[in-house]
Amino acid sequence: MDKENLLQTANNEHWDLVIKPKNKWYDIDLMAVWRYRDLLMLLVRRDFVSVYKQTILGPLWFFIQPIITSLTFTLIFGGIAKISTDGMPGILFYMAGITLWTYFADCLNKTSSTFIANAGVFGKVYFPRLIMPLSVLVSNLIKLGIQVAIFISIWIYFLATSNVIHPQWQYMWLLPVLVFMMAGLGLGFGILISSLTTKYRDLTFLVGFGVQLLMYGSSVIIPVSSITNEKLKMMMLLNPLTSIIESFKFIFLGSGYYSVAWLLYGLVFMLFIVALSVLIFNKVEKSFMDTV
Amino acid sequence: MSTVIKVENLGKQYRLGQVGTGTIATDVNRWWHKVRGKEDPYLKIGEVNDRTKKGETDLVWALKDINFEVKQGEVLGIIGKNGAGKSTLLKILSRVTAPTIGDIKVKGRIASLLEVGTGFHPELSGRDNIFLNGAILGMTKDEIKSKFDEIVAFSGVERYIDTPVKRYSSGMYVRLAFAVAAHLDPEILIVDEVLAVGDAEFQKKCLGKMKDVSGQGRTVLFVSHNMVAVKELCSIAFFLKNGCIGGIGKTNEIINNYLSNSFTNVIERVWDIDNAPGTENIKLTKAKMIPNVENVTDIVTINTPLLFEFEFINYLDELAITIAIDLSSLSGIDVFTSAPTTVKKLMRGIYVTTCSIPGELLNDGGYSVSIQIIKDGIEMIHRETDALVFEINDTIRPSGYTGKWPGTVRPRLNWTMNLLDRRV
Repeated sequence: MDKENLLQTANNEHWDLVIKPKNKWYDIDLMAVWRYRDLLMLLVRRDFVSVYKQTILGPLWFFIQPIITSLTFTLIFGGIAKISTDGMPGILFYMAGITLWTYFADCLNKTSSTFIANAGVFGKVYFPRLIMPLSVLVSNLIKLGIQVAIFISIWIYFLATSNVIHPQWQYMWLLPVLVFMMAGLGLGFGILISSLTTKYRDLTFLVGFGVQLLMYGSSVIIPVSSITNEKLKMMMLLNPLTSIIESFKFIFLGSGYYSVAWLLYGLVFMLFIVALSVLIFNKVEKSFMDTV
Repeated sequence: MSTVIKVENLGKQYRLGQVGTGTIATDVNRWWHKVRGKEDPYLKIGEVNDRTKKGETDLVWALKDINFEVKQGEVLGIIGKNGAGKSTLLKILSRVTAPTIGDIKVKGRIASLLEVGTGFHPELSGRDNIFLNGAILGMTKDEIKSKFDEIVAFSGVERYIDTPVKRYSSGMYVRLAFAVAAHLDPEILIVDEVLAVGDAEFQKKCLGKMKDVSGQGRTVLFVSHNMVAVKELCSIAFFLKNGCIGGIGKTNEIINNYLSNSFTNVIERVWDIDNAPGTENIKLTKAKMIPNVENVTDIVTINTPLLFEFEFINYLDELAITIAIDLSSLSGIDVFTSAPTTVKKLMRGIYVTTCSIPGELLNDGGYSVSIQIIKDGIEMIHRETDALVFEINDTIRPSGYTGKWPGTVRPRLNWTMNLLDRRV
């Protein structure tokens, strides 16, 4: 065989894995993520089992948290500040907002520290890094389920004892879509921040109070209907979280700003941010250990 | 046999110092070159990774020009001193971090054990942790399930399997963690020496397990600075020196080569004040080994008593400083650590401290002495690694046996023999 032929055979050789300095930006191994699905479920189990270890009330804390928050909001925003609740009972109105909002905020907060918090494990063994933030989404889904259950029991109580709420039954199928959108937004922003903070951590300081501030601009407390300034209203709707939370309230309570156009905008926004953040995450995960 | 790992022109560059506002200029410059489609200007500079010398830039090549191939079923040993690049190479092979240049091609499933018990959660039971750790290492739930009983039996902690691992003794913890790792079935296994943990019995079990693995035609890469373990396990080896491959070949040859290459007798060191090791207030200025022999030209044998002399400067009053030494054999075994039993407060000044090792204690072979500066008798504030290196030669034994006498030390002990009864 002459030299060229040899070279050819060498090139044709099959390798299962090639470790290179950098990946192509589109080189995302989603199959690997799927292969590690067992790990994802075990991480979810770990989170669930370990959170309330050595507490007396245990999983009861899942219930106590949202109830106390809603009561506080009812007292402060509804009772003292007298902010409109679209004519709904305060507790129900705030709880509707908080339920989905908490899911988003929890996902964002936890995934935004993916690299820094897991540096210990990531520094010792390889697995698709995306597994970690994805497991956070699923873990929080359990918590969301419990909180939705509380919300629904209070909702049923009001449904039976009063006639102020008007559920939009025909839109109920939208609920999983809303949750999916929330998950996507939480993941997208979370891992984006995580990827951007491995070297320069300045952004992490923003996350803490940024999420707090965002809540006020996401119609958790202030409904879109109570805003008369058109510019302000537009700005609020540009935030994709607003239409998700408003739609959730609309479906359950019958009051809220429901617009297919804005929901579609939110969906596109979400898909865009997920795609962008996964690409950046994928780029960063290769050598973040050197700078974290 | 086919090649399962092929490493070509591998290099890894690190930046020293801290990440902060200072580093952003480099990053921007790098990015700007990339935008214009030019080559990264920082890849050209960077120095050989010799940590004992002060460099001119803060970029170093932790690994450079690494080329090697591993064939299926081979057990490759990678040896080298601390900081030679072993761990960096392992990290790149296990995909924890990416190389700066070059690439690695791999055939088959690869699993790396840089640590045992990665991802163990203290609150979870042993059972849950077996599953979690196994999954992190790349096993599926079904695989772990089918090996679960074996893993538990291997670890020997059946009784505690449903107790949270935070209640485990450290020994049990390590046993359980290693048991999971030992039941991985990859085609290629990368093992760091940190696995040499636990008690002697367990270590034997681990080495045995690794031998089994390689006996089944699987490929193993074993990194260590313990020559004994490498000799035991590996058929071929290479050593790393300052980030480059120093030689590759049969294990025995490489180890001999490495030992003679890396160590020359250093029995006296004198440092000037500017380069003296130590801290701001304590500086080591001199270290010397003085063999107690009749003529200076006499060789040091196992019978020679050795005297060590260390000089240091103390810049502060009322500081309780002692010098301690730890001695290790050149094959990487810690022999002993010794410190004075009394700690006195010292006034400012230059001090000399001595320590003697009697003859008829050490075995023949190479030893290195590391000097520790200890504050208040407990806190080590500086350790000068391998400050002195020396060789001890064998003597002609009365028995006539000339083979290598096994053991790290060879103390003369008192033996007796008496006749008890003449009638048998």
